[in-house]
Amino acid sequence: MASRAQPISGVQAIGGVFILLVVLMILGPLIAVVLRAEGFAGLRPSDWAAIRFTLVQAALSAGVSCLAAIPVARALARRRFRGRGAYVALMGAPFILPVIVAVLGLLAVFGRAGWLNAALIGIGAGTIEIYGLFGVVLAHVFLNLPLATRLLLQAWLAIPAERVRLAHALNFDGRATRRHFEWPLLRATLPGAALVIFLICTTSFAVALILGGGPSATTVELAIYQAFRFDFDLGRAALLGVIQVAICVAAGLLAWRLAGTSGFGGGLDRPAMAWPGDTRTAGLWDIAALVVAGLFIVVPLVAVTADGIGAIVGLPASTWQAALRSIFVALGSTVLSVTLALPIALLIAGRAARAGLEGVGLLSIAVSPLVIGTGLFLIVFPVADPIALSLPITGVVNALVALPFLLRALIPAATEAEATQGRLADALGLHGTARLRHAILPRLRRPLGFGAGLAAAFSMGDLGVIALFSAPGQETLPLEMYRLFGSYRTNDAQGAAVLLMALSLGLFWLFDRGGRVNASL
Amino acid sequence: MRSTIIAAGMIAMVGAAHAQDTPVLTVYTYDSFVADWGPGPAIEEAFEATCGCDLQFVGAGDGAAVLSRLRLEGERSEADIVLGLDTNLTAAAVEAGLMAEHNIMANDLTLPVVWTDPNFLPFDWGYFAFVHRADMENVPSTFGELAASDIRIVIQDPRSSTPGLGLVMWVQHVYGDGAAEIWEGLADNVVTVTPGWSEAYGLFLEDEADMVLSYTTSPAYHLIAEEDAGFAAAEFDEGHYLQIEVAGLLNTADDVDLAGRFLTFMLTPVFQEVIPTTNWMYPAALAPEALPDGFNTLTVPDVALIYSAEEAAAIRDEALATWQAALSR
Repeated sequence: MASRAQPISGVQAIGGVFILLVVLMILGPLIAVVLRAEGFAGLRPSDWAAIRFTLVQAALSAGVSCLAAIPVARALARRRFRGRGAYVALMGAPFILPVIVAVLGLLAVFGRAGWLNAALIGIGAGTIEIYGLFGVVLAHVFLNLPLATRLLLQAWLAIPAERVRLAHALNFDGRATRRHFEWPLLRATLPGAALVIFLICTTSFAVALILGGGPSATTVELAIYQAFRFDFDLGRAALLGVIQVAICVAAGLLAWRLAGTSGFGGGLDRPAMAWPGDTRTAGLWDIAALVVAGLFIVVPLVAVTADGIGAIVGLPASTWQAALRSIFVALGSTVLSVTLALPIALLIAGRAARAGLEGVGLLSIAVSPLVIGTGLFLIVFPVADPIALSLPITGVVNALVALPFLLRALIPAATEAEATQGRLADALGLHGTARLRHAILPRLRRPLGFGAGLAAAFSMGDLGVIALFSAPGQETLPLEMYRLFGSYRTNDAQGAAVLLMALSLGLFWLFDRGGRVNASL
Repeated sequence: MRSTIIAAGMIAMVGAAHAQDTPVLTVYTYDSFVADWGPGPAIEEAFEATCGCDLQFVGAGDGAAVLSRLRLEGERSEADIVLGLDTNLTAAAVEAGLMAEHNIMANDLTLPVVWTDPNFLPFDWGYFAFVHRADMENVPSTFGELAASDIRIVIQDPRSSTPGLGLVMWVQHVYGDGAAEIWEGLADNVVTVTPGWSEAYGLFLEDEADMVLSYTTSPAYHLIAEEDAGFAAAEFDEGHYLQIEVAGLLNTADDVDLAGRFLTFMLTPVFQEVIPTTNWMYPAALAPEALPDGFNTLTVPDVALIYSAEEAAAIRDEALATWQAALSR
C-alpha cells in the first residue's frame, strides 16, 4: 500500500496540515496555561481519588452504553417499520441536551419524586435511590446510548447487500450470521465507539457530581475547576489537564490494539434488507430492545418537553436573539468542522497508524473545556480583545470538539470507499478532485450528513468557552438558558431548553437527512 | 423638573459634541447581573443619564470566575471596577494586588453588620437559609434538628459555588471544632451536591428535596414575580450566615474619578431600588420602608453571622476539607 501512488495526494497533504493545526489548537492552550503557571505544585490525595473515580465511571459508562447499543443497533439494522426514521432521529436528542436539562429529565423519571418511584410506591414495592455510581452511569448511558447505537448502526448498514445475499444462499443460521457478520463488525466498531464515549465521560463534571450524590463523585474536570476557580492554582490545573490528555492517549492506544478490521469487501452500495437466520424469537428480541431503549430515551425527553413547552411563547426577546446567534455559530462551526474533517479522514483512511492519527482528533473531547478556554484566553488576550472575538472563538472551539464525531463517522467509510473503489478508480485513471467526486464522496455522503448533523447539534448545545468570553449582546442560547436558571426563572429556562432541543434536533435532522436522500436510512 | 430637562439636554449636547471621546467605564460583574431581567440594564441607563460616559457591564461567569478573569488579565485589564465578589473572595482579590482603595465614606449602609473595608463597598446582601414549601411540617430551627430529622436537603458544592461555600462557613461559624460532627450528621440528609445554585434550586422545585440552600429573600421572588406565596425560609436560632456582595475600584482603572462616581452612585436610591426585584437580595443602602411590598413578609433572622474577609480566607481550606471528608463517606 505504501508503494502505491497516492491518487488524491493534494487533499491528503491538506489533511496533514489540518492535523498539525488541530494539535496546535488543542495543545497550544494547554501549553499556554502551563507557561503561565509558576511551576507544578503536584497533586493532592483528593486529586488521585478524582482520577480513580473518573476512570471507573467513564469505563463503566462506555461499557454499558456500548453493550446496550448492540441489540438496539441490530434491531434497527434488521427491521423496517413505520416511524423508523423518526426513531433514529429522536435517538440523537439526549446527546445534545444541556446537562442541567438532561439531569432534570432523568430525575423526572428516576428521581425521588419521579414517575418510577411513584409507580413503585403504588404497588407497595418501596423506592429506589438514583444517586451514586449507579446514577452517574445511568445518566451517561442516557446521554451516550444513542451515539453508540448510531455508530454501530453505520457499521451494520455498511455491509454490502451481495454478502448478505450470499449468506442467504448458503443458508446461514443465527449462529453463522453472528460469527461471520456480527462478530467481525462489532470487533471493528465497538472499541472506537467505546473510546469516544469513554472520553466524553472523562470530562463529565456536573452530571457526575449531581447524580453521584456528593463530593466522592469528584471527577478530574471538577478538580480542574476547583484548581482554577477556588485555588487559582494554574500549575495544578495544567497538570490535571495533562493527565486528561494522558488518559486519552492511553485509552486510544488500548482501543487501537483491540480493534480489528471487518473486511467485508466491496459491493454495489445497496443496503441489505432481510437478514439470514432471522427467527420469530429474534424478531421478538428486536422489538423488546427497541421498546426498552425507546422508552428509556423518550420518557425523560417527554418530561423535559412537558415542563418547558408552555413557556416558549412567553420567552424574552433576548432568548430569541440568542437562539438566532446560536444557529449562526452552529452553522459556522459545522462548516469549519467538515472542512477540517474531510481531508483528515481521507489522509487517515487506509493508513496503518490511523488509530494514532485519529487519536489526535479525539484529543479535543478529552481536554477540559475550561483548560482550552483559559489557554485560548491567555493566547488571544495580548493581541486582541477576547470579548470582541467571543462568538468566533466559540465557533472554532465547538468545531474542534465536534471534529472527533465527524472523524469517527467518516474514517471507516473513507477506508471502505478507498478499499472497494480505489482499484477501479486507479484503473480508470481518476485523480484528484475527479476521484474524490466520483469514487469517494458518494460513499461518504451518509456519514458526512450524520457527522455534520452531530457537529451542528453539538455546537448548538455546547456551552463551551462562551462563558469565559461572553460579552454583552453576544450570549448563545445555552448561556441564556443558564442565566434564566440562575435568576429563579426556571420555567422560562425550561422553555429555552425545549427551544434549544428543538433547534438542535432540527439542525441534526436537516444535515442527516441531506446525507440520506435516496438512501434507505 | 425643568432643571432635569435642561441638564439632560446639556448632557445630550455634550454627548453629541464629544461622541468620539466619551469616557468608557468598564465594570466586570457576574452573568446574571447583566441579563435583560437583571439589575444591569436599568442601572446602566440611570448612570449614563448623568455621567456623560459609556457604562459597559461585562459578565464573566459567576463571582469566582470574574475574579479568575481579572487575575488572568492582570495589569493589562480594561476593567475599571469589579462588582459582584462576595466577602469570601475579597481577600484573594486584595492579595493578588488587583484592588485600589475607594476612599468613599459610606455612612448610610443598611447592613446588619458594621462595614469598614477600605477596598470594597457593599451593594447588596442576603441571609443564607434553607428554603422550603410553605406547607412543610416540622421545619427545623437548628442544624442539630435538621441532622436528626429525615428531611432531605440539596446543597451546592463549596468548590464551585458561593452559596455552597457560604453554608460551609455558616456551619463552621456556629460549631467551630464541632463542625465535622454536624456535617457527619447532615450527610444522610443531603440528597446530592450540585455544582451551582441553579441546579440545586431546580432540583428543589422538581420536589427532589424538601429544602434547598438559598436565601431568606428567595420566597420574595415567588411571591412578587409569580404571585405564589407557597415558599418560606427556615429560621435557625443559631443565626444565619450573611452573603455580602461588593464592588471595588481596580488598580487598572483609567479614570479613577469616574469610577469613584460610579461607586458613590451605587449607594444612592436610584441604584439601590433596582436591586430587590432584579437581584432578589436586600439592597445595602436603602431604608427598610423603601423595600417593595412583599419583602415585609420575609423571615428576618435575629442573629447575623459573618467572618471578616481575612478570617474567611484563613479558615476556608480547612473548613472545606472537613466538609469533603464528612460527605465523602
